[in-house]
Amino acid sequence: MQIALFVTCLADTIFPDVGMATVRLLERLGHRVVFPTAQTCCGQMHVNTGYQREAIPLVRRYVDGFEPFDVIVAPSGSCIGSIRHQHAMVARNFGDDALAARAERVAERSYELSELLVDVLGVTDVGAHFPHRVTYHPTCHSLRMLRVGDRPLQLLRAVAGIDFVELADADECCGFGGTFALKNADVSTAMLADKMRNVLSTDAEYAAASDASCLMQIGGGLSRLRTGVRTVHLAQVLAGTVDRPWEVASWS
Amino acid sequence: MVMIEGGPFRHDADPNTATAPRGVGHLRGDVAFPTAARAALTDSQLRRNIGKATGTIRAKRADVVAEVADWEQLREAGRACKAATMARLPELLVQLEERVVAAGGTVHWARDAVEANAIVVDLVRATGSDEVVKVKSMATQEIGLNEALAEAGIAALETDLAELIVQLGDDTPSHILVPAIHRNRAEIREIFLREMPGVDPELTDEPRRLAMAARTHLRRRFLSARVGVSGANFAVAETGTLSVVESEGNGRMCLTLPDTLITVMGIEKIVPTWRDLEVFLQLLPRSSTGERMNPYTSMWTGVHPGDGPQDVHLVLLDNGRTATLADEVGRQALACIRCSACLNVCPVYERTGGHAYGSVYPGPIGAILSPQLTGIADNASLPFASSLCGACYDVCPVKINIPEVLVHLRARHVEERRASRTVPNAEELSMAAVGWVMAEPRRYAAAQRAARAGRMLAGGRGRIRSLPPPLSAWTASRDLPAPPTETFRDWWARTHADDDRSDHTSRASSSDSGRHTS
Repeated sequence: MQIALFVTCLADTIFPDVGMATVRLLERLGHRVVFPTAQTCCGQMHVNTGYQREAIPLVRRYVDGFEPFDVIVAPSGSCIGSIRHQHAMVARNFGDDALAARAERVAERSYELSELLVDVLGVTDVGAHFPHRVTYHPTCHSLRMLRVGDRPLQLLRAVAGIDFVELADADECCGFGGTFALKNADVSTAMLADKMRNVLSTDAEYAAASDASCLMQIGGGLSRLRTGVRTVHLAQVLAGTVDRPWEVASWS
Repeated sequence: MVMIEGGPFRHDADPNTATAPRGVGHLRGDVAFPTAARAALTDSQLRRNIGKATGTIRAKRADVVAEVADWEQLREAGRACKAATMARLPELLVQLEERVVAAGGTVHWARDAVEANAIVVDLVRATGSDEVVKVKSMATQEIGLNEALAEAGIAALETDLAELIVQLGDDTPSHILVPAIHRNRAEIREIFLREMPGVDPELTDEPRRLAMAARTHLRRRFLSARVGVSGANFAVAETGTLSVVESEGNGRMCLTLPDTLITVMGIEKIVPTWRDLEVFLQLLPRSSTGERMNPYTSMWTGVHPGDGPQDVHLVLLDNGRTATLADEVGRQALACIRCSACLNVCPVYERTGGHAYGSVYPGPIGAILSPQLTGIADNASLPFASSLCGACYDVCPVKINIPEVLVHLRARHVEERRASRTVPNAEELSMAAVGWVMAEPRRYAAAQRAARAGRMLAGGRGRIRSLPPPLSAWTASRDLPAPPTETFRDWWARTHADDDRSDHTSRASSSDSGRHTS
């Protein structure tokens, strides 16, 4: 199957491993990944900060760039959430009903990684090998905007060698929230502290999630406190095999 | 919808859709949310009290909601009923007035807090009483009725246990349902010992003993009270019936013992028919206290000769509600039945408590209701006091899409600010700049290359520990990874360049091993 990758601006610029792991995983499963180079950003940060007007060109860019493809994947629950629940709304708010209608059609073909794997490709055992103790933060937008449910956990539990451990209060927000992390930095940090407390109490080596933004928050705290616990994207856990392990980079 | 420059975010000033006036009531804080929150976060006792209380009530709610097989259909019924009500609010209000008057009551229309307070003060004065007993009521807290009565020389006695604790402690409510949620038993005991005349000096912090002390304190006042003041959870348009839902029975006392009963009610509390109560009386107790049914549901329709208050008044309060109704997205907030389930699940509220919001309506619902009642400029920080995690929407018994309204109000705020100024501020400039960069892949790639210079900030450690403002807000508590030597798109160009011009169906790359940032 041909799958168009929307890598997201954050993964592209700061966490390229997430994109590379997604590509390696999908190619290993026998699919052809296409990367439309005209892509930039979904516009979520603008929309969620109140700058819908500035998001219009980004919505148009996403729709223009991905309209030719039948199946689109992004390794981010919140970017897919924005594409599905905000793109058409923003276009409509500024009077572009034609763009809104196109945005809705493209959104229907845009999937978060675990949705693509489980629902579209029909796999839960992707043949991955990741011999580490791992806990999983399900992320708010994956849980409550996309309703991915336990799809990521189905994928993780099928990984060979993994020592998976449940995270307490997993469905509680890590405190990232986009510009919330800056505008309300103190509350954001208080939320992060409790998330880290739960992560650390699992004794996991890796805190996994399906969103580079939440991982930037959780990883930022874990790194600052020199906890030695690394963050890892679900795509990276699923990318490695016995023969070709995926090496997860440390922040330090 | 008429499309105007700036999208659907500007509302022309209309005298009929005025917002709640300044200088009266409790809808505005003295400081912005982030500043108030910073102080609250350092209060260990507060964090412990609220964390414990919200955790307990969250678990209770989850248990009793899980028992109801058709909970989702009930929520949808609640949402639909409220939406239909808002769509014909004027005629329903007129119908309610007719029925209340026909049953022997009197109806007063208050445009705002100032008018409502004046109406109530005049009504109490006319009775000759200098004291009223009060049922817990958000509407009267919103308009600052107790202060208005005090200025007129009338003492208002809160009879709900938690409101009494707040009143005795010279404090303000911090939760819609549990106004004293920020206090623990030991603190309540201290307040009672200090402020309650004639209290048993041997009082312990056992809940039963505290409740008994309050009961003794209140009983004499109930029996002597000539005027009762209440809010209303629901008003039934077809019958003129008002209803208060409560747990303690103090409300029943206030509603039945005095000669005069004055009810102050937001105009959105109306339901069309008696039958509609069936839905809300299932949704409300399970969502609020985590009970299957609340202990006391009082309903009264006008005056019954020889039984209960003989002088019954209803004050219909607007105070920014019509302005809220004018916003097609924001009007959902008027469906709120004040259960406070959204407060109890909110990770922000759980850590800051209610006072940080500066309004009697705290938490997620307050963050969308208060700014609409006052006008966004007066509560501009509240729509941003959320990480948009969506937990509030999941538990709302009437399916108010709070994250959607938060995002909408943020846009309204930005567009209103933009319209009111010719010179953009720093945030507007940076958002515009980022938008400009992101709109064009060449500019975006150039910006990525520029970001690579950020590697220097990491000083070879792979992580950035300190950045200048405004990003210092991030690095004050969190590291950032150094920008990588190669972006994803550069890696793609290096490893998959042939792909973009070829059409074979599958390809295994051999050069995509994990990257080390150090």
